[in-house]
Amino acid sequence: MAETLAQVARVDGLGMIQIRADLDCAGEAIAEAAGLALPDVARITGDGSRSLGWMSPDELLLVLPAADLPEALAALEQALAGEHALLADVSDMRAVFDVTGRHAADVIAKLSPTDLAALPPDGLRRSRAAQVAVGFWRLADGFRVIGFRSTADYLALILKNAALPGSTLAPR
Amino acid sequence: MTHTRPFRLPKGGRLIDRAWQLPFRFDGRHLRGVTGDTLASALLANGQMMMGRSFKYHRPRGPLASGAEEPNALFGLGQGGRFEPNQRATTTPLVPGMVLRSQNCWPSLDADLMSVNSWLAPLLPAGFYYKTFIHPRAAWKHLFEPLIRRSAGLGRAPAERDPDRYEQAYAHADLVVVGGGIAGLQAARAAADRGGRVIVLEQNPHWGGRTPVDHGPEGEAAIAALLDDLRGRDNVTLRRNTMATGLYDHGYLLARESLADHDPNQGIPRQRLWRIRAGHVIAATGALERPLAFACNDVPGVMLASAVRDFIVDYGVAPGQRLLVVTNNDDAYRTALVALDAGLDLAAVIDARPHATGPLPDAVRERGVDVVTGSGIARVRGSRHVEGVAICRQSGDGHVTGGYDCDVVAMSGGWSPVVHLFSHCGGKLTWDEGQAMFRPDPDRPPLGADGQAMASATGAANGDLRCAGDLERDEGPTLPVWVMPQNAGAKARAKMWLDFQNDVKVSDVELAAREGYASVEHTKRYTTLGMATDQGKVSNINGLAILSGALNQPIPQTGTTTFRPPYAPLTLATIAADARGEAFQPLRKTPMHGWHDRHGASWEPVGHWRRPYCYPRAGEDRHAAVNREILAVRGSVGTLDASTLGKIVVKGPDAGRFLDMIYTGMMSTLPVGKCRYGIMCNENGFLIDDGVVVRLSQDTWLCHTTTGGAERIHGHMEDWLQCEWWDWKVFTANLTEQFAQVAVAGPKAHTLLERLGGDIDLSPEALPFMGFAEGQLAGIPARVFRISFSGELSFEVAVPAGRGLELWERLHEAGRDLGVTPYGTEAMHVMRAEKGFIMIGDETDGTAIPQDLGLGWAISRKKPDYIGKRAHARSHMTDGARWRLVGLESLDGRVLPDGAYAVDQGVNANGQKKTQGRVTSSYHSPTLDRPIAMGLVRHGPERMGQELEFPLPSGEVMKARIVDPVFYDKEGARANG
Amino acid sequence: MLTLTCPYCGVKAEETELQPGGEAHLKRVGPGGSDQAFEDYLFARQNPKGVHFERWRHAYGCGKWFLAARDTATLQVFGTYRAQTPHPPDEITAAIKAARPDWTPAPNAADWTQAE
Ligand SMILES: [Zn+2]
Repeated sequence: MAETLAQVARVDGLGMIQIRADLDCAGEAIAEAAGLALPDVARITGDGSRSLGWMSPDELLLVLPAADLPEALAALEQALAGEHALLADVSDMRAVFDVTGRHAADVIAKLSPTDLAALPPDGLRRSRAAQVAVGFWRLADGFRVIGFRSTADYLALILKNAALPGSTLAPR
Repeated sequence: MTHTRPFRLPKGGRLIDRAWQLPFRFDGRHLRGVTGDTLASALLANGQMMMGRSFKYHRPRGPLASGAEEPNALFGLGQGGRFEPNQRATTTPLVPGMVLRSQNCWPSLDADLMSVNSWLAPLLPAGFYYKTFIHPRAAWKHLFEPLIRRSAGLGRAPAERDPDRYEQAYAHADLVVVGGGIAGLQAARAAADRGGRVIVLEQNPHWGGRTPVDHGPEGEAAIAALLDDLRGRDNVTLRRNTMATGLYDHGYLLARESLADHDPNQGIPRQRLWRIRAGHVIAATGALERPLAFACNDVPGVMLASAVRDFIVDYGVAPGQRLLVVTNNDDAYRTALVALDAGLDLAAVIDARPHATGPLPDAVRERGVDVVTGSGIARVRGSRHVEGVAICRQSGDGHVTGGYDCDVVAMSGGWSPVVHLFSHCGGKLTWDEGQAMFRPDPDRPPLGADGQAMASATGAANGDLRCAGDLERDEGPTLPVWVMPQNAGAKARAKMWLDFQNDVKVSDVELAAREGYASVEHTKRYTTLGMATDQGKVSNINGLAILSGALNQPIPQTGTTTFRPPYAPLTLATIAADARGEAFQPLRKTPMHGWHDRHGASWEPVGHWRRPYCYPRAGEDRHAAVNREILAVRGSVGTLDASTLGKIVVKGPDAGRFLDMIYTGMMSTLPVGKCRYGIMCNENGFLIDDGVVVRLSQDTWLCHTTTGGAERIHGHMEDWLQCEWWDWKVFTANLTEQFAQVAVAGPKAHTLLERLGGDIDLSPEALPFMGFAEGQLAGIPARVFRISFSGELSFEVAVPAGRGLELWERLHEAGRDLGVTPYGTEAMHVMRAEKGFIMIGDETDGTAIPQDLGLGWAISRKKPDYIGKRAHARSHMTDGARWRLVGLESLDGRVLPDGAYAVDQGVNANGQKKTQGRVTSSYHSPTLDRPIAMGLVRHGPERMGQELEFPLPSGEVMKARIVDPVFYDKEGARANG
Repeated sequence: MLTLTCPYCGVKAEETELQPGGEAHLKRVGPGGSDQAFEDYLFARQNPKGVHFERWRHAYGCGKWFLAARDTATLQVFGTYRAQTPHPPDEITAAIKAARPDWTPAPNAADWTQAE
């Protein structure tokens, strides 16, 4: 039996905060409160523990250990006091999978119409995986894929199907 | 002469390995091929020339071609769920243990009783089906239709589920070269030199196209050198066994890769559909050889010259012992030379051209072979296999001038570029008079997103038939020959096949022209020319040339039929790919989904969600379960998983103003901590959603939507914010899945919630009806809304989704002695109907306005504007004759059928009874123990007490009385506990 | 199947990642609008064979609405731009005129021609 293309592992224990604000005005304050650099358009910054992703022109996503969330939320609230902004704890509405291994990119290429060669090392791509919305970015040895909680079983299934042993995309 | 069966030559066959014998079964016989064989070469090697029956006349058919254009050699392949009809023997690699079944014959390929159709040929002319459609009508119904239905369809559809896996993958490239022949590989090399990502797709398992066969070892070496070069480049991907099936808008190219076709034991997907975005596509798809139209050209053993050559060179298989070549060009002489080299007899080369000079004809003459110029075949002798030919002058009417014994006729009518990919997306063709072919017009290519050509053609696909450079030898011109001989009589024309699978002959196309079918597209449908599974790859050009001749017009004026994808059939499984079984569609599950499942939930699909319809207990049917659940809620307390309800947070200094536009009611004045029912319309004034709005803080509102409305309404809000009022300071967030939500409803709801403990004051004073509180419940952070869709005392509790199951289980532990009952969507539906509450999708159908539903109270008259306000002022919206909401009381105690129409006096223009209303919701109310219904009725609310008639499909008429739509607790006392 | 580049996030998205939204640059008619004006706003659409301005949402992406100038017959895309644009920007009209020298904005329903 050939080896599976990539390991697909559900990641628990992550906190996520959706931040909507005018990034031109409040971007730096948010970045400072988050303790990370402000990401460029369609990029994600991180320090190994936390990541700050650009989701849309007026939306960032802070991903961090769940235990750190209340403190981070408070810091952000303080940083955005007086600004027109919306902060929401969205930790519970996500399902997160790490797709890692030598052929992790093949798994993504089977599910999303993304041109991975055009995705920079620090790129964050929002797209779809088969029939559901996902966002993903690169890890050292693969990708982190975030989707919606209600479709977690579907996501796990299609990711595992795409990683079927022996089904690499390399020409044979 | 004695007919010789085809056989394996003692040596040769560049693609096979004779050391590896592969057993397979054909119609029950046990045969052997070798590694590298196709089904066609393996069958020929076993002496099997006859491989099928034609569709209409069931005439015996041998292979005509050696590739994807093959119209005849089609089999049912595999067994059980892996059975597939219409598999092409010429492109299917032989795999050990394969099981082949011949098609379109009964009881067997050799003795087919339906071949009687062939004797009936004069009764089954072109347009037979069309003519029977018209008259006599009785004959169609009782005679023709049953007959056609029994014989219709080629092959049999598999009856079992396909056990194999299929997948799809996306790829992106600057250039995709389709075709791994010499022209394609050269184009790829040139592109790779220029930089950018290059993908080369080859439909066959081997590279090189025609070059290795046509140009021998030198050709093979040239291909090997190109492959070596390309394999060494990082920016080039070479993919074999991958057929580009269609080119679509903006460089979207579909291609099917065969990974484990008919060899399912590897555990990998059988096929993969590539969805490629190409900056540019080069079609290096080669050309297909055309048959010649001479009498009895369909007898098994009459083959394309190139196919004969391929079988000898590639597979070491001789289709017969003694060959005859008939041609209008020099290329076919290569077949003569190959046959001679293989030690076969060559009866003669019959060349329609007055002269045949040049290196190829000369080389054949030098081997002592008769080259008979200016001549053609008058007819083929033999019925089940070729026994010989009679020859005649090409310019004459078929007067026989001589004859030859032979068992194979290798014919060549010239070549047609494979222009499909270039044409799929709008590329236009030009008629090349000199080569008698349509080729891509470089000035009218298919256009891409940038307005530039998104596809071009090279090599033979571009009409450059001699694209192998230094390997080529001089060749004389091709003479267009559409009928052989030129002035053949009617009898001969009725025996000249154009479409071998569908049995369309020269005479059929000429008849169509005489009957007025001047358009090539119409002629195609009328005669079925080119409508077989090969889609006219070998028949199209000959057919339209015949049509042009019959219409007395030049070929370009006739034009071609439209080239539509796919180039070759795709199995539906590759299109579905992974989207089957569990992965057919995403199922959305709430945090309590597993609990419902364990407690016997009977599911209802709501969009992609699955919600419990009810929870039947042992011995209960769904109806009984729903009744029990309702009585439990009305009598004590029940819980509903309401997590699927949309939850959209709207925040900002302009949020109130924005919501006043989105909702018909006034939301900006809602006090903090309060709930208000709201309805939304679109600009047409029609109801699109409803739900409870909660003011969470000074600048933040929470908007509940219907289950189906969450994404749609969030999108609707964003649309208005982004595209109309983009200067308003408002942010929205769709937090639907962040929260699990439970409706706790019933007279004991308060008791139950109190038992959970926490810091929220649930007393009616602190949390009155339509109030909201936030805090902790059972140690879980929670929001509690005192809202009711059942009419009972009811609290909706929202907690973080990750703790939804915990809340649900705590409620059921704490309420055991109260008989706390989980209830499903149907109980919810019945209870809201008992209360006369509308349901989006039941009482609304996209044409209902709030005023129709008695919801005028939910429209603010103070507001200068809201979405839908202008529409509500239109004359027919204010028309009192609109159908409006009422309750309906069945007079005979039976439940009215949902959707039944109330008839009115008189009939409409179609003679149908006029209608005056319809049933929108109808249930048996267990609470009242009688039927209840709601409906929309013209002038409804003004007609209380009147009776309506609802005719049923059975012819029976049910009667109902118009009543108030609120059937239960009209005062609304119960919601206050 | 089209590809359009989202002007907000720069992603070259394919049609399956996008949601179509019909004709662009319509001007809302609210209460007080005449019956004719309201009918035109609701129902009258250009439906040209040729240059067309339309709304698309990067639905499986940043979620933003954008506008595209596209030839409905050849599918040539002249450009995409943000939805918060009352009329096509100059670089878009320049790109259209470069490719379609004869093109002029449709006279009958293009509110934005009057907005200029
Ligand atoms: Zn975008």
